[in-house]
Parts: sequence; C-alpha cells; structure tokens
Amino acid sequence: MTTAQSLPTTTTRVPPAPKRGIRLTPAALIWPAMLYLILTTQVPFFMTVYYSFFRYNLVDPTSRPFIGLENYQNLLTDPQNLRILLNTVVLAGGTLILTLIIGGALALLLNRNFLGRALLRTLLISSFLVMPIVTAVIWKNMLLSPTSGLFAWVSQSFGQAPVDWLGQHPMLSVIMMITWEWTPFAALILLTGLQSLPDDQIEAARLDGASPWQEFQHIVLPHWMQAIQVVVLMETIALLQVYGEIYGSTSGGPGIATTNLPYFIYQKAFAEYNIGLASAAGVLTVIFTNILAVYLLRLISRTTASNRGG
Amino acid sequence: MPRSRFPLVLLTLALGGAAQAATTITIATVNNPDMVTMQKLTPEFNKKYPDINVKWVVLPENELRQKITLDVASGAGSFDIATVGVYEVPIWAKNGWLDPLTPLFQKNPSIAASYKLNDILPSVRGALTVNGQLYAVPFYAESSMTFYNKDLFKKAGLTMPQNPTWQQIQTFASKIHNPSQGVYGICLRGLPGWGENMAFITTMVNTFGGRWYDQNWRAQLNTPAWKNALTFYVNTLKKYGPPGATSNGFTENLTLMSQGKCGMWVDATVAAGFLSDPSSSKIVNSVGFANAPVGPGTPRGSNWFWSWNLAIPKSTKKEDAAFKFLTWATSPEYINLVAKTKGTWAAVPPGTRTSTYTNPNYKKAAGAFSNIVLSSINRADVTRPTKDPVPYTGIQYVSIPQFQALGTRVGQIMAGALSGQTSIDQALKQGQDEANRVAREAGYQK
Amino acid sequence: MTTVPASRTVSDRHRWRNILLTLLTYLIALAFLFPLVWMILNAFKTEAQAFATPPVFFFTPILDNFQRALPTYLPALRNSLIAALGSTLLAFILGLPAAFALAVYPTRRAQGVLTWMLSTKFMPAVGVIVPLFLLFRNLGLLDTLPGLILMYTTMNLPLVVWMMHSYMSEIPFAIYEAAKVDGASVAQEFFGIALPLSMPGIAATALLALIFAWNEVFFALNLTSADAAPLSVFIGEFKTSQGLFWAQLSAAATLTVLPVLVFGWIAQRQLVRGLSFGAVK
Repeated sequence: MTTAQSLPTTTTRVPPAPKRGIRLTPAALIWPAMLYLILTTQVPFFMTVYYSFFRYNLVDPTSRPFIGLENYQNLLTDPQNLRILLNTVVLAGGTLILTLIIGGALALLLNRNFLGRALLRTLLISSFLVMPIVTAVIWKNMLLSPTSGLFAWVSQSFGQAPVDWLGQHPMLSVIMMITWEWTPFAALILLTGLQSLPDDQIEAARLDGASPWQEFQHIVLPHWMQAIQVVVLMETIALLQVYGEIYGSTSGGPGIATTNLPYFIYQKAFAEYNIGLASAAGVLTVIFTNILAVYLLRLISRTTASNRGG
Repeated sequence: MPRSRFPLVLLTLALGGAAQAATTITIATVNNPDMVTMQKLTPEFNKKYPDINVKWVVLPENELRQKITLDVASGAGSFDIATVGVYEVPIWAKNGWLDPLTPLFQKNPSIAASYKLNDILPSVRGALTVNGQLYAVPFYAESSMTFYNKDLFKKAGLTMPQNPTWQQIQTFASKIHNPSQGVYGICLRGLPGWGENMAFITTMVNTFGGRWYDQNWRAQLNTPAWKNALTFYVNTLKKYGPPGATSNGFTENLTLMSQGKCGMWVDATVAAGFLSDPSSSKIVNSVGFANAPVGPGTPRGSNWFWSWNLAIPKSTKKEDAAFKFLTWATSPEYINLVAKTKGTWAAVPPGTRTSTYTNPNYKKAAGAFSNIVLSSINRADVTRPTKDPVPYTGIQYVSIPQFQALGTRVGQIMAGALSGQTSIDQALKQGQDEANRVAREAGYQK
Repeated sequence: MTTVPASRTVSDRHRWRNILLTLLTYLIALAFLFPLVWMILNAFKTEAQAFATPPVFFFTPILDNFQRALPTYLPALRNSLIAALGSTLLAFILGLPAAFALAVYPTRRAQGVLTWMLSTKFMPAVGVIVPLFLLFRNLGLLDTLPGLILMYTTMNLPLVVWMMHSYMSEIPFAIYEAAKVDGASVAQEFFGIALPLSMPGIAATALLALIFAWNEVFFALNLTSADAAPLSVFIGEFKTSQGLFWAQLSAAATLTVLPVLVFGWIAQRQLVRGLSFGAVK
C-alpha cells in the first residue's frame, strides 16, 4: 500500500518524498518479463535442437541413438518436402494477397458516408473473432460438403454439378476459409490508415482534375504504405503458423495437398511419433521463419520509429 | 440482479468437484455410436459404484489414437482407461505400457464370477492375450460385410447374392447410380488414415491376391495385385460413388447410407445394428445384408477383423476403479442394459460374447445379420490374411509398431490418387518407397 | 471521425453511383457475415432440417440442441474463462512494469528488447511442442489449467509489452519530469502516473489478450485432454462431420463464438490498434 495510489493525474500536486525502501531500477522492471519469455521459449527450443540429433521414436521405447545430422539429411533430400514448403508459402502468400485486395476494397467502400456505416463496420470484424476450429467445421460441413452443403445446393440450383471443394480444390478451399477470417483484419487496419489521410490532399487532387485511379495511385497508395506493411507483417506471423483450419477441415490432404510446415511437424510428432525428425523439421521452420521475420521486423521498427517521430 | 450471479455459478462449478471424496477416472474413447452410448449410460454405472466419478475424452478415431499413444508412450498418465484397437494390444503389451488384467481378475473373484471371461469369443480373447496374460477386454468386435438398399435394388431390378464378387458389386453400382436424384451406386471409405481408408483398401488388396510385404519384408505395392485393386477401387468410387469421397470415413458413410443415399456400402459389421435402429436410420425396413465382396485373387482376407477394447495403461494410479468400470462396460449385464435403454436388442455391442448370439431376443432382433456377423468374425484369420505367406499377422493392418505411421502416410497417398491429385502409378510408387523405407529403418529387412 | 469531401455536386449520376457503391458494400459485408448467420440458424433447427437439401430457411426454432450441448459446454467454458483470465492477468503483472520501463526510461537497448519480444511470436508453436509436452509431463502440468495459463502468457506477453509501451509513450514526458523534481520514486511514477493515465489502453490490451487466449487451438489440443480442456478442444470433438449432428455442432459452435463476438463488437476500435501492436492508431 503506497500513498501514491490516491494521486490525482495532474502535475500540480506532487507525491510526498519517497520513504527508503526497495530500489526499483528500470532493469529490474524489465527482467521478469524477459526471463519469463526466455524460459518458456528458448529452453524448449534448445531441447528441440537437442532431440533433432537423435533417432527418437516413441513407439520404439528401447533405443534412442545419436545420429548426427541424419534427420536433417532425410528432410532435405525428400522431394516431397519441397512441396510442403511450397504449400506453406502458397497458403500464406495467397491468403495475404487476397485479404489485401478484398480488405482494401472494403476499406475504400467503408470510408464513404452512408446509412448504417458504423453498424457494418462493427459487424465486419465478426469472422476475424471466430475460433479457427469453428471456422473449419462450419465451412467443411455446412458450406463445402458436396452432398449436403450450401454451395452444392447453389450450384445445383443453377443446374451445375456440385463441386467437391475439399477433394478437388483443397488448397483453394483452405485459402478461402482463412481469407474469410483475415479479411476483416486487413480491412479495418487499412480503413484506419485511410482515415488519417488529410482531406485537403484529395481536394487539391480533385481540383487538379485527377481521375479516381490517379487519385488512388498518387495519394492514397503512398499514404497507405505503413498500414499495408503492418498488415503484411502481422498476417505473415499468423499465416505461417496456420494449423487449426487445416486440422479441422482437410487434415493436410488429400495426399499432401494442404500440408503446410506446422501441420507436417504435427503429423511427424503426433501421428508418427517420430520425435527426432519432427524436432529437426521444427528447427528448420524456426530458422526459416526467423529469416523472414528479421526482414519484416526491420520494416515495422522503421514504421513505428517514424510514427513516434516527435 | 441475475448478472451478478453468474460468477457465483462458475464458482460452484469450480468447487463442485472438490466437495465429494471420490475417485475420478478419465476414460479416452472413440466417438463411435456404441461408445457414445456407453458414455450416456455412466449414471447407471454410478448406481452400482457411487464413489467413482467418470470423466470422458471422446475423440474421432485418428485423433484418439494419437492422443492415447503419445500419452501412454511418454507415461504421462492422463488416462485411467484407454480404448485400444486389437492392433495395438499385443504391441503395447510387449512395450510394457498396459497393466495385465489376469491378476486383477484373480484379485476380484466376485467380479470374475459375474463377468464370465469364458463367454467371450475365443478368437477375440486370443487376439488380446500375450504370453497367457489378458491385456484388454473387448467392448465390441467386428468384421466387414456388404450392406445394400433393397428398395434401390428392387427399382433397378437387381438381387444381391449372399456371397457377391467385386465385379458383381461394380455392375450393381453402375445400375443404381443416379446422382441427380441424390442416389449413389456405392459408398466406400476414402478418408485418409490407417484405420480408415487403408483398412478397407487392404482387404481389397488381399482378395485381389496382394500383400504388404513378402517373407523377406520387401514391400509389394509395386505388384499387379495392388495396381488392379487400386484401379478398381478408384474407378468404382469415382464413377459410381458420392462426390467428396476423400472426406468420408465410417461415420460419414453411415450417415449417407442411413439417409438412403447409397445403393451399397462395404464396411464394418457393427454398422448393421445402427442401420437397423429407427432412431438414427431411415432405411430400417429396406436394409439388406451380404458377405464382404470377394476379388479375383483369393477369398482370404476379404473381410477384416477388428475389436475395440478397454485397457488400463501402466501409468494410472487408479487401477482398481478403472478395473471396476472396464469390467462393468464389457459385462453381460451391460449388454442387457443397452438392450433395455435402447429398446432394441439390435443395438447392443456385437461380436464379443457367445451368450449374445445364443440369446433368443438378440436372434429375433438381429436375425437378419447376426449370422453373417458371427460367421465373418469366425472366418477372419489374422494369422493367414493373404494368398501368399506373409511375415506379419493382421488382415487390414500389419502387426508392427511402425504401421500406424506407414498406414497413415500411404492412406494420404491413396486419398490423393482417389481425388486425382496423383496418378495411380505414382501413388503406388510413393507407397512402395515408403513401405520399404519403414521396413529398412525398423531393421526388418536384412 | 469520418472524412467526407465537402464539395459535392449532387448530380443524378453521382447519386446513382453512390447508391450502387453502398449496395456493394452491404453485399460484401453480408457475404462475410453469412457463414456465421447460417451457423446460428442451424443451431435452432432439428438435425433433419440442418442436414436437408434444399436448405431450410424458415422453421420453428427449437432450443434442444443448446440443452444437449450444455453439460459438456459448461466445464469447457469454465476452463476457457480461467485460462484466458489467468493468462491475461499474469501477462499484465509481468508485462506492465516492463512496458513502463521501456517507455519512460528509453535506453538504446529498448528497441532491441521490444523487437526480441515480438520475435518470440515468430517461433512456430509446433516447432517446440514436443519438448513442451515432455517438460509438461515431467512437471505434472499436462492437462492442468496452470500449464495452459503458462503457455498463453508466453503467447500474450509480447503483445502486452508492445501495446502498453505504445500507450505509455503517449503520456507527456513533462508529467514524469515534474514528479521526478518532487522526488517521486519509480514505484510512485508507475502507480501514480503511468497506470491511471493508461487505463483505456489496459482495457483494450486486456480484451485482445483474452480473445487470443480464448481462441487458441494448438496448445489446447496437444497439452490438455479432459480436466483442463477448454472450448477449442470441446469443438474439436465434433470434428468428424457426423452429419447426423450438424444442429448440435452449430449450437456448440455458437455458444463458443458468441462471447468473443460480443466483446469484439463493443471494443472494435481498440482492437484495431491492438492488432497492429500499436503501429496503427
């Protein structure tokens, strides 16, 4: 209980002089959080590195020999794994591009004045808040199912054969689901960016007789850059780790059509109990993501720095 | 104000568990209808043993396997009773992951007396016994058989023989198939998983004359038998099956069949009871039964053998309470209870006890299929599953610890072939490499 | 704040274009809402209606599905609430002081610390799940709420530090200066100035942390089984499309999603700032 609790939030009245007690230095304030994160992220990671050098399979409890880099070699020489890397990139990249385009269009549309705008804006965030597993089960069953799904009924109403979405276009189906989840995020961030655009710039451009496209190209887009960078960074972090949507809809199939890196590691570890190989794949994934992260983080620290330019 | 009461409700929920001094056991099981019934009958168990709380973890087959294996293998001890398949029991027993039940029966003579171990079918008991010790008790046992829709057969002017061949089945399917009316010639498993599509595909391969490995553990997926079987499977399902077959496992096909959308379905015998149950099936009066189809190679291994069993993991600390539940849920008394609560004998867990098949009530209710089920289970010989000799046991699986991983991988590859993502030749080549790699790494191939 | 260009020549063509654009906005928004609406509708149907082709749009709503889902839903709800609230609280206890120190005593290393914290978000959970599982087993944390709280705190701590750092940096420096002159201690600055002035930020950040913990799937699925299983696991149990249970599944999903939806609608503006880690205001 300190006397400081009843302090008003103005500078005119000042707290009484401190009693002698524990000295809190800034470093002491930062360390608990740092220590916590180091313990909960770095320790498991180094354990993963350790396991990756062993042949370690849970269903064979008798032996766990050290095999050096053999797990890595197996991973890097299996041509199938190139496809998995590609899946990861296609899934993240495809979703990112779609959310930027649809989200951008929505942001521009929502930036006009019309009846019910605030309500739409509020409701729009809904799909972003839905749990990934729920997304997967709704889409898989009630929308995409070729026998009783809604999409099948729509195409039958137009005299078309129902599309077996998850069988014939698995990757597209998963991208659709995740786009549905992430578009509101992109739309709202881009809308916020749009709203900080000074009116007079648009006005000036209009008076100069600029076409809407020129207006977009020369005024809106440059101003949007920061918001776009934020969307790209945040979505990349999230989309490289997509798991729940795949787990709940396609289980990585058919074949390996929708197996991305996280799902692949999950299968190796939890379906084949191959802890050694899964650990090696985990290490490679962490390295791959971090290379990407360093590059993107440079972007965002630049933007936040310029943001706080004061 | 009602709003302020909400946290209170939560608090009582949180404290409710601590109020009674009872043992709580956690049971992991599959979300098959039979196990869901077992879960619903928990209050009946509590009438007999009021001091044992039962917690359930009910998951789809693939997920359940992963969770239990990981838990048992790492000795985490989350579960006091695990639902394990006949494939796992001997392997896990050898790994020392399961408690032998024989000493427990000796310790509890009163339970042993009412339980009547000798009533359990010898073939089923044998599959769960390792070195003279029983490691699990069967909840239900099954083989595979053919189900068909009599109305659709009549409409097409067809009759189903008692012992159909795969060629006949394909012809029937082509005549019944009418997708514009929402009717499909045949429904088969396509959902990837060693216990899903691979269980079915392996029986087909067997009866087409193929096998997973030869006597020297060389993989055989590149043989004509595999190619013929797989080509036949993919063509039949593509031409005369429902769309989206790669998402259909046992449960999905059961739904399609019971809605009257399939002309035929080849799958687990346990479905016979569900299809005859008015509360979940629309085709109670028109469902017909026949033996599993036979291919051009051999009748051997054309119908599988499987049982879901309850076992006690080594890592549990509540052995006694677990034993009480497991003997209750697989007892003759429990079978009577299901018949009473479900209102029909057709819905009892099948394939485990001689007394079930000699029971006049059961014969009356399940007469249409009980003989086929019993003879299929007795005919299924896990020790001689294929035309040519093999170094493993198991009809629709290979009895090595690595088969879960192998079957799941190959199951994914086969689903890829079914959906047209890969060609059949490519799929078989990938499967062949995979099977050889597993046999090599596990040290079977010399 | 809306920006409307002031000079509008209201010609007919203009008006039509406006109406069309508004319609388009509504259409896209409805398309995004539709799957959720459909799910909620299905929750009030009988199983046969939910499964029917052609789909049933008009029906007499029933509550049976909710009643059936409730017994398994409530324990999972309890676990989700405890895990979300507990992890948010812990993340704040650890994160607030750190955010304060980084904002008020900026050193050259502050940006580095912030960046490193964010970089932990790049560690794919699946990459460390195996050792985590084994660690949890050895520490007896498997299938316990403390275990779940531990992991969710790891997930949300960087978010709390970043967001609160962004809010606390906005407090005018002169206020701290004045307090220092009067000899206020670090603790007094923290409790007397930083905390009360960043209350709105605390509310927004807490909300976001709650939502993320609520929706987390991966750790929940792999580190819990029964006792501590939260709502994500409860929904996962419906995973196989047991066509016979679509209505029940919809009811369960509706119950799971609804609390988060309501929160999200209320605090939608603050969410945007939180989601961008304070980079977009």
